[in-house]
Amino acid sequence: MSKIDPEAVAEQAAETGQLSEGDEGTDRNVGAPRPRKEDAKLITGQTNWTDNIQLPGMLHMAIVRSPMAHARITRVDVSAAKQQPGVVAAYSGADLADEYTGLPCAWPVTADMVSPTHLPIATDKVRYVGDAVAVVVARDRYAAADALESVDVEYEPLPAVVDMEQALRDEVLVHDDAGTNRCFTWPFSGGDVEQAFAEADVVVKRRFLQQRLIPTAIEPRAVVVAPIAAADEYTLYSATQIPHILRLLVAGVTGIPEHKLRVVAPDVGGGFGSKLNVYAEEAIALVVARRLGRPLKWTESRSEGYQATIHGRDQIQDLELAATGDGRLLGFKVDLKADMGAYLQLVTPGVPILGAFMFPAIYKMDAYSFSCTGVFTTKTPTDAYRGAGRPEATFAIERMMDELAAELGMDPIELRRRNWITHEEFPYETVAGLTYDSGNYEAATDKAESAFGYAELRAEQKQRRESGDPVQLGIGISTYTEMCGLAPSRVLGSLSYGAGGWETASIRMLPSGKVEVVTGTSPHGQGHVTSWSQIAADVLGVPFDDVDVRHGDTAVAHSGLDSYGSRSLVVGGIAVHKAAERVIEKAKRIAAHMLEADEGDVEFADGRFSVRGSPDVSKTIQDVALAVFAAHDMPDGVEPNLDSECTFDPENFSFPHGTHLCAVEVDTETGHVGIRSYVAVDDVGRVVNPMIVEGQVHGGLAQGIAQALFEEAVYDPDGNLVTGSLVDYYVPGAPDLPEFTTDRTETPATSNPLGVKGVGEAGTIASTPAVVNAVVDALRHLGVDDVRMPCSPERVWRAIHRGGGGNGDGRAASAAQVTTSQSVVGGRQ
Amino acid sequence: MSAEHLHDLTLTVNGVPHPVSVPARRLLSDALRHDIGLTGTHVGCEHGVCGCCTVLLDGQPVRSCLMFAVSARGHEITTVEGLAGPGGELNAVQRAFQECHGLQCGFCTPGFLMTVTALLAENPSPTEDEVVEGISGNLCRCTGYQNIVASVHRAAALMTDGAGEPRP
Repeated sequence: MSKIDPEAVAEQAAETGQLSEGDEGTDRNVGAPRPRKEDAKLITGQTNWTDNIQLPGMLHMAIVRSPMAHARITRVDVSAAKQQPGVVAAYSGADLADEYTGLPCAWPVTADMVSPTHLPIATDKVRYVGDAVAVVVARDRYAAADALESVDVEYEPLPAVVDMEQALRDEVLVHDDAGTNRCFTWPFSGGDVEQAFAEADVVVKRRFLQQRLIPTAIEPRAVVVAPIAAADEYTLYSATQIPHILRLLVAGVTGIPEHKLRVVAPDVGGGFGSKLNVYAEEAIALVVARRLGRPLKWTESRSEGYQATIHGRDQIQDLELAATGDGRLLGFKVDLKADMGAYLQLVTPGVPILGAFMFPAIYKMDAYSFSCTGVFTTKTPTDAYRGAGRPEATFAIERMMDELAAELGMDPIELRRRNWITHEEFPYETVAGLTYDSGNYEAATDKAESAFGYAELRAEQKQRRESGDPVQLGIGISTYTEMCGLAPSRVLGSLSYGAGGWETASIRMLPSGKVEVVTGTSPHGQGHVTSWSQIAADVLGVPFDDVDVRHGDTAVAHSGLDSYGSRSLVVGGIAVHKAAERVIEKAKRIAAHMLEADEGDVEFADGRFSVRGSPDVSKTIQDVALAVFAAHDMPDGVEPNLDSECTFDPENFSFPHGTHLCAVEVDTETGHVGIRSYVAVDDVGRVVNPMIVEGQVHGGLAQGIAQALFEEAVYDPDGNLVTGSLVDYYVPGAPDLPEFTTDRTETPATSNPLGVKGVGEAGTIASTPAVVNAVVDALRHLGVDDVRMPCSPERVWRAIHRGGGGNGDGRAASAAQVTTSQSVVGGRQ
Repeated sequence: MSAEHLHDLTLTVNGVPHPVSVPARRLLSDALRHDIGLTGTHVGCEHGVCGCCTVLLDGQPVRSCLMFAVSARGHEITTVEGLAGPGGELNAVQRAFQECHGLQCGFCTPGFLMTVTALLAENPSPTEDEVVEGISGNLCRCTGYQNIVASVHRAAALMTDGAGEPRP
């Protein structure tokens, strides 16, 4: 399944076409590569993006943003802007300050966390380039943009602080009232770490940097508000991943009663965490529409979004890994600094905490300690970006495993084998307190090694090293797992998260036997309409094409917790499955009545209820649906409907895993890195739609590889975003990425009835360390033990010529004792 | 400042004449989306990098966010809405993208469909390198491109089989 073969596609298209016509068999949809129901409108231009919406009398909003990273606002005068052609209104932050409260952070990770007020429009100070200072409303978008220049804002400049370690010195305060730039410190440990390190033969110590990334969903964010002024009712359309959470929280921010606010996420073009938030523009648009009694729209430009939509990653990781001389892990110390940016957005402080549990990864060790300090800087706020905390953790442990292997002179796969949890040991409680329900790391690794040609590539690497080939070969390994499927509500509560992790689904059997599934998940590219149809069709015994799925509108799906954290299938999909089972349970009672049989004697298979022993006497699910609609002859006490609902709260996280192997060719003369082959064997449990799963893996790999090789949000010392457009921020195109070889092992999850695991973030989590391990492996014999991400030609070249991490001193000693080859954080280049 | 001077012109989109009255600076992408109401053309960056807004001008792919509507006067514009046949039958490229799962969120997709339609009209059987090069001006954040590359090869095969017309 490594590559789509056009011939195979043709056969599959013919085959699935037949299946979708008359497929009534149980379990015949789940597991099949059903073509997506979503595609027809997407390939013909009939989608409904938020920016498409045109309403009568609609106005357009534009936002004046700070050009300075840090400054006191001394004056905002919007009077000239109001005189501009087409302008209807203009407001400063002070003008709207009574209309709303600050924007919410839903994750107070510690009791003493500094949670500064975050007004949608700044009134006292601006704290990052892009902070909103005023808003203009005009009859069209061009007029609104023109009028921005007429808003007169006077600033008293203050020094920027862009580096976390500098910020922690508190010489420049981002939030004066807090008295510190330290947001929180969150400690966590398991086992006796000092004892483990005292017993160690080897301790490997490193500092790794997780550069700042910009998620870059390809659809810009957009907001439309439609007020019904007389009734004080509002509809908010937003390009969001979280219509339900947004409704609750933005109702609180604006004072609009929740039941008077409908939130719609129309077609949404990608998210990757960047649309998992309650944004200033959503609140501003609501309160301005409320004031004016007119519908209005705001759509970000790409450059505006690069400043005003959240960024991701941005951590400094200080790591120490202790082991015995024969390569048994003893303990792991993790000390993080995580850049919050200027304010806390929805889950900003929780992102590194999600990673806290994953640093021990798939390995057995006696002790683990973790500490994370969140730091305010004068930069765009960070928040969840694909993987959210787990890519950082996986990078750290997988890079450290390769460093330890090098220290011990051991094959990095062999080192992993000696330490990973074996398949007989599940369920397994880790040193971080998680219980992994299932997995088979041996099987995935064996399959990956074989597909990759590991032994042959090692032989070639040896030959190239010996011959002094200017193009060196490197092999990188990542044997990852991750925790996703957010999440058991009780666990979220114990982590001080502000909400639960359940998900709701409803099934509505229509009189004709067609089915409407209503889901609380909110897809933006993942194909839920197709996958949920597959799940429901199998349980209900109806054709795949007889199921439709409704989502993304709080007036349609009244209850839900939306899509993020690879949760939709393992929580929302299970809710669909269980809700469908409830329909069958009730339909069976009614069918028994219709068949004049005892309910205990009625069986259901292939969409048909029949009496045991008399298969000819039967009623289809469609017969029952119509009989329920007529309701002429219902059993006593049974209500005439075949609707059901399930709110599913998982008992555990989902733990997909896999083994990724990457071979790179590094040109030692130019520093250019080319990926020669990439093998990903993932275990995401039982698969509902293998075509969609493979697509999720591909996209995840692309984003993880992009972190390793291409992308970095760069700020200058004055706090200007240097990579402020797609010209400067390197999102990879087709020529930049390799052909992936993907395969799967299938170890069903035991924590849900379908045996499924999350897949949305796995590729991103796994791939970054695989690539960087490969780059370092190619150059290790030249004295290189780290290359800072992204591994650009310049950084690679510098690493070769200076040794070490491409940004500091090379490794001084190679003896198996404490080595301190840290890449020193200087100014951000 | 006085109101902007408006230019009355006719834009021919997918063979249909659309009279519009627009200021000189109105981007073609905005005219298509908001003046004419053909919202299948998407705007992803407005600085000519992402390729979401690609349309065909006399059969050649152009970025409609980098072009003024007034400059499109007298040209034949084709958008994603014009790819399917009169009875709604999908063209080869549209079919291939669906069959090969060449799209996820779909926001970049119309731009890719237009680029690839033009690519295959010019080169009906591109090599792997020619495909990768041919789509290098369009960004996708969801797919990792592998299935898009497969879609292009599949579309070429469909066209060779005569199963799809390389419209326009």
